[in-house]
Amino acid sequence: MPSDQERILARAAREIDPGQIVNLGIGLPTRLFHYLPKEMEVLVHSENGVLGCQLLTEGSEPDLEMIDSGGAYISTRPGASVFDSALSFAMIRRSRVDVTFMGAFEVDQQGNLANWKIPGKFSPGIGGAMELAQKVKKLVVLCSHNDKHGNPKILKQCRLPLTAPRCVSRIITEKAVMEVTETGLQVVDIAEGLDVDALRDATEADLIIDEHRLGRF
Amino acid sequence: MTLINQKYTSIEQAIANIPSGASIMIGGFGSPGTPFALLDELLAQGQSGLTLIKNDANEPDIGIGRLIRAGRVDRLITSHIGLNRVAIDEMNQGRLAVEMYPQGLLAEKIRCAGAGHYGFLTDIGLGTEIAGARREIECEGKTWAIEPAIHAEFALVHADLADEYGNLVYRGTAINFNPLMAMAADHTIAQAFQVQPPGNLPPETIHTPCAFVSQVVQVELASSEQGRRAHAV
Repeated sequence: MPSDQERILARAAREIDPGQIVNLGIGLPTRLFHYLPKEMEVLVHSENGVLGCQLLTEGSEPDLEMIDSGGAYISTRPGASVFDSALSFAMIRRSRVDVTFMGAFEVDQQGNLANWKIPGKFSPGIGGAMELAQKVKKLVVLCSHNDKHGNPKILKQCRLPLTAPRCVSRIITEKAVMEVTETGLQVVDIAEGLDVDALRDATEADLIIDEHRLGRF
Repeated sequence: MTLINQKYTSIEQAIANIPSGASIMIGGFGSPGTPFALLDELLAQGQSGLTLIKNDANEPDIGIGRLIRAGRVDRLITSHIGLNRVAIDEMNQGRLAVEMYPQGLLAEKIRCAGAGHYGFLTDIGLGTEIAGARREIECEGKTWAIEPAIHAEFALVHADLADEYGNLVYRGTAINFNPLMAMAADHTIAQAFQVQPPGNLPPETIHTPCAFVSQVVQVELASSEQGRRAHAV
């Protein structure tokens, strides 16, 4: 039985197509690295100025000048490039990054995302999240379906300050894969063994569910 | 600007140009590209009341983290300080004024000053909390936010290689804000692991031409190694 996070990551890896340029946010999304097939031709972008990051091989000495935006030491794969911060964000704002994965405090049925500030509690600064959220073609949110107190994180309307409005394409939690559509939040896949009523109970947002077309993951 | 044949100097002389109260851009994203040796010399010389402009606040015991901890910094213009709990505490206690921008806007505001401009128009952040603090204008039938350029009196940058005229070559993810800041300050001091005679670096490999660099100093690999090795993530 995979853990909730493993289930999210394994499902998230299926959102990446060979040949794409992919950005992995800090935290859970960074671990997607481990779920990409080795032979898959994908260039991982890191906003501190690398296109073509690769995990360090076990036991190899790190190059102290090579980190990703989360601060972890990395290496590069064939076809990689390095560049300054203005160019890195030009790449983002010009939508040359195909897909980005991010965590969330809250996400809502309009595709609004809040993942950078909890007023009075947590405000270290937004870093690169705002431009990634606003400009990358496809934003996939990876998060737990509920917070640690059991409260829903998939809401009708975000209450925290937004990272960017109407920016989310898909949400993947341990319970469901949801697509943000014109008409609302459409459930694409539901977790193995979970029934639709239990999913609705755990969710504040209105969910559009067609039981005949529901996938399992 | 310093004459090209007078730029190669000692770290003590270079940093002694900086008065208390100065505004200083500091290269680096996390540890790579942070000019640790120049910052340690600034700490040793005692300048205070500084305004620093840096992507992040390093970590509490390295780089600008040491200057913040010593109470030398009044104001920090940055993007994300999540790895420095001391800086967050100082901010929350009201002892450190912190101005935060989305990272790409911070980079572009600096690039813009370095290109001799005074600001640019953007759609980044429209409809979010940061938008409230900005002026917006109608232009070509659309609404944009105005982002003024950020300029500074000094920049401290880290390069891998330099020559005695101050031409700079960066390496790996240590590039980050360094070439942008080198152009956006009135007086740029560069540290490099090797400072070579002019002519050794192939012209087409130069990232920052010497016209933007006021002084260049050679630092031991070990002097910056300490900071880089202390990088904890």
